[in-house]
Amino acid sequence: MGESFDVAIAGGGIVGAACAEECRAAGLKVVVVEPGPVGGGATAAGMGHIVVMDDSPAQIALTRCSRDLWLARRNSLPANVEYLPCGTLWVAADQEELAEVHRKKALYDGIGVRAEVLDARSLAEAEPHLRSGLAGALLVPDDSVVYPPCAARHMLRDIEVRREAAVQLSGQGIRLRDGTFLAAGITVNATGAWAPELTPGIEVRKRKGHLAITDRYPGFVTHVLVELGYLKSAHSTTADSVAFNAQPRRTGQVLLGSSRQFGSETAAIESHMLARMLRRVREYMPEISELTAIRTWTGFRAATPDKLPLIGPVPADPRLYLATGHEGLGITTSLATGRLVADLIVGRTPVIPAEPYLPGRQAEAHHEG
Amino acid sequence: MKVSVNGREVTVAAGSMVSTAVAAAGVSLYRRSVTGEPRGPVCGMGICFECRVRIDGREHCRSCQIPCVDGMEVRTDV
Amino acid sequence: MFDVVVVGAGPAGLAAACRAAESGARVALVDDNPVAGGQIWRAGGGRPAGPAAAWIRRAERNGVEWLAGARVFAVPEPGKLTIEQFAGDRELGYEKLILATGARERFLPFPGWTLPNVMGAGGLQALAKSGLDVAGKPVVVAGSGPLLLAVAKYLRARGARVLLIAEQADQAALLRFGVGLVAYPGKLAQAVQLRAGLFGIPYLTGCWPVEARGPEKLESVMLRRGRKTWTERCDYLACGFGLAPNLELAALLGCRMSATGVAVDELQQTSVAGVYSAGEATGIGGLDLALTEGEIAGFAAAGKTREARARFGARERHRRFAGGLERAFALREELKHLAQDDTLLCRCEDVPLGRVRGCMGWREAKLHTRCGMGPCQGRVCGGAVEFLLGWKAESVRPPVFPARIGSLSRD
Repeated sequence: MGESFDVAIAGGGIVGAACAEECRAAGLKVVVVEPGPVGGGATAAGMGHIVVMDDSPAQIALTRCSRDLWLARRNSLPANVEYLPCGTLWVAADQEELAEVHRKKALYDGIGVRAEVLDARSLAEAEPHLRSGLAGALLVPDDSVVYPPCAARHMLRDIEVRREAAVQLSGQGIRLRDGTFLAAGITVNATGAWAPELTPGIEVRKRKGHLAITDRYPGFVTHVLVELGYLKSAHSTTADSVAFNAQPRRTGQVLLGSSRQFGSETAAIESHMLARMLRRVREYMPEISELTAIRTWTGFRAATPDKLPLIGPVPADPRLYLATGHEGLGITTSLATGRLVADLIVGRTPVIPAEPYLPGRQAEAHHEG
Repeated sequence: MKVSVNGREVTVAAGSMVSTAVAAAGVSLYRRSVTGEPRGPVCGMGICFECRVRIDGREHCRSCQIPCVDGMEVRTDV
Repeated sequence: MFDVVVVGAGPAGLAAACRAAESGARVALVDDNPVAGGQIWRAGGGRPAGPAAAWIRRAERNGVEWLAGARVFAVPEPGKLTIEQFAGDRELGYEKLILATGARERFLPFPGWTLPNVMGAGGLQALAKSGLDVAGKPVVVAGSGPLLLAVAKYLRARGARVLLIAEQADQAALLRFGVGLVAYPGKLAQAVQLRAGLFGIPYLTGCWPVEARGPEKLESVMLRRGRKTWTERCDYLACGFGLAPNLELAALLGCRMSATGVAVDELQQTSVAGVYSAGEATGIGGLDLALTEGEIAGFAAAGKTREARARFGARERHRRFAGGLERAFALREELKHLAQDDTLLCRCEDVPLGRVRGCMGWREAKLHTRCGMGPCQGRVCGGAVEFLLGWKAESVRPPVFPARIGSLSRD
């Protein structure tokens, strides 16, 4: 005999944690299954950038709703979540990218996201360590940064966590490695890039990333800096790519990214990718070369073919939910994901339309195609 | 050989480490920890990072592993 | 491209480099310190002295390339190391690699251990050798192991007032070790010499520090021996609880570890073909063992197996001596209770022990409390965590030593 829960969630990353927190807030009895440290997978590997993204209407809706939820709770986050309201600077290297800045600005204006265009001089004043000759930037002041593992832990503060691996998962519940069965009304697979191991057949692939962090250099960078070329490289779903991404941390450290690789399943640092990524950072911030890096690591994003997460019930087993496929945006979108999952489970009006993220969309899209 | 520690000039023997010059200047606080505690050298061999100082504007230099150079500017009070 | 690259220029590394070079190999010798000789032969004034000077001359005569102030921070691919010096970074190609990375002191937290002028035993000695003036200064030497005697002797020769030596091990354990010494006449002579040099300094066994005090720097230390506790006023507390091998580079290379350090076969080769290890990195064994292991590794890496084998007997004798040392100076259980919940465990990130205690293991402690996440990369708190909480260090990633972004991004 096992125990019974309203909701059993496999995965104690930030997405699983957010689902658990929202379900519990909705009055449900929740258990989370996580064999490792809470927030120890892609959550620990991620940059913790809370950002509105405009790749597609569905992505805008999800990231914007999520960011609003982060903003709403920013004053109640404990200190170890290291919330830093630093804003994002989308850096334009040339006139072509500056045109993209203006396009982005118009779009953000249209959806009520504060944004401001910086010319070359204002950009240089805002971030003196960027190289000269950049065209400008879009400042999105309400974006922010958190330290994700402690954010996940905070969300799970009142929730039962089983320190055991899930070996089998269905709409009936979760079987643990030690043989225990946790029966549940709803089961949620929130195991990120590993979700297909528990729910075979779903289209989630591992997309590897490298990151590096420096010693403490307070003030070296004061906004999250992302090259607009990021859009080109992040959206390529085939080739290995790198993009300039530098982020201030509450500690005064600078977090440096980013790289994207399919097909590399080893967690080991690949020196050539790390070097390539850091060379890209140096192209934008030459003086970063003299800063000391104290640690590097890798992680696996859970990537889907249409770059949108899978949130909601599996058509073949409506009591089995997915909450995975968040790619590089899981820290931001964890909150709206948690809210959506809870909305769907208790039958509330979803905080945003759920259709674009429902797992069934893949089959439907194939039929149409 | 002359080295400046927090603006004060000290004379040290050739081959002395920066850590020696700091101590010779009467300074026991090499750095403030992340919560503001005073700290000084512990291991003397470059592994503990407690003796970090700023040398000629460069942050996080391990004073126990870097030989003094005439005219060097060392700061522990930043 | 070198036939042999030796990492670490202490006794084992110097012996390895000399033997490999004398056997005809093209050798590079790399060390983080500005002067060769390692910790045991560290000299003042930026120039090597004593036995180190002789070894260094021998290395120079045989064309060993000496790379000082150089840290190995990554192994981008087998056969290549990347090193960083103050001036810049470079890549070293090797056919054979000898890891003679030595050891560091083990530190245990106790209230007040983070105050300035509370240092390692070897730490204060190293600083005194690099010029720190200890003349007339009252010093307490504490912790464990034979190093305490050597440190006290050295500090006294430099004019320090060594008030006492507090050795945590019991007299009975040391006596057993002392009896064992009779089988090693050379060691006995060393011990007698040390005792002579220490004449008049109380050597208190079963004694350890429980608290260091002072407002902004050390002013006094509270000691315990049996049921008695008392306070000694002092300017320095030189305190180290034995030595622990430096294993980061070996771990990065994927070398298998033994209970004592890097696991090696009879030719000092690690589980990774072409990578050898010698000296304290394979287990704490002292000077003579380090020299012999270094010679064996140097010969073996240069293909001189016969010469290497000729030294197996000597190595065996030195190893037996090392085993005795380890048993005599085993750390006592009481030391696990010195640190309070509010005593800092991680000095880089100022994480108190109490916050770490609630974690499931090293990785959780790192992710949730920042313990071990600072620039020392867990080199200081790691030994304490292992002793206090039983957690072994986990996987190692580049850079194995903090390195400039410029160095990590070389083409």
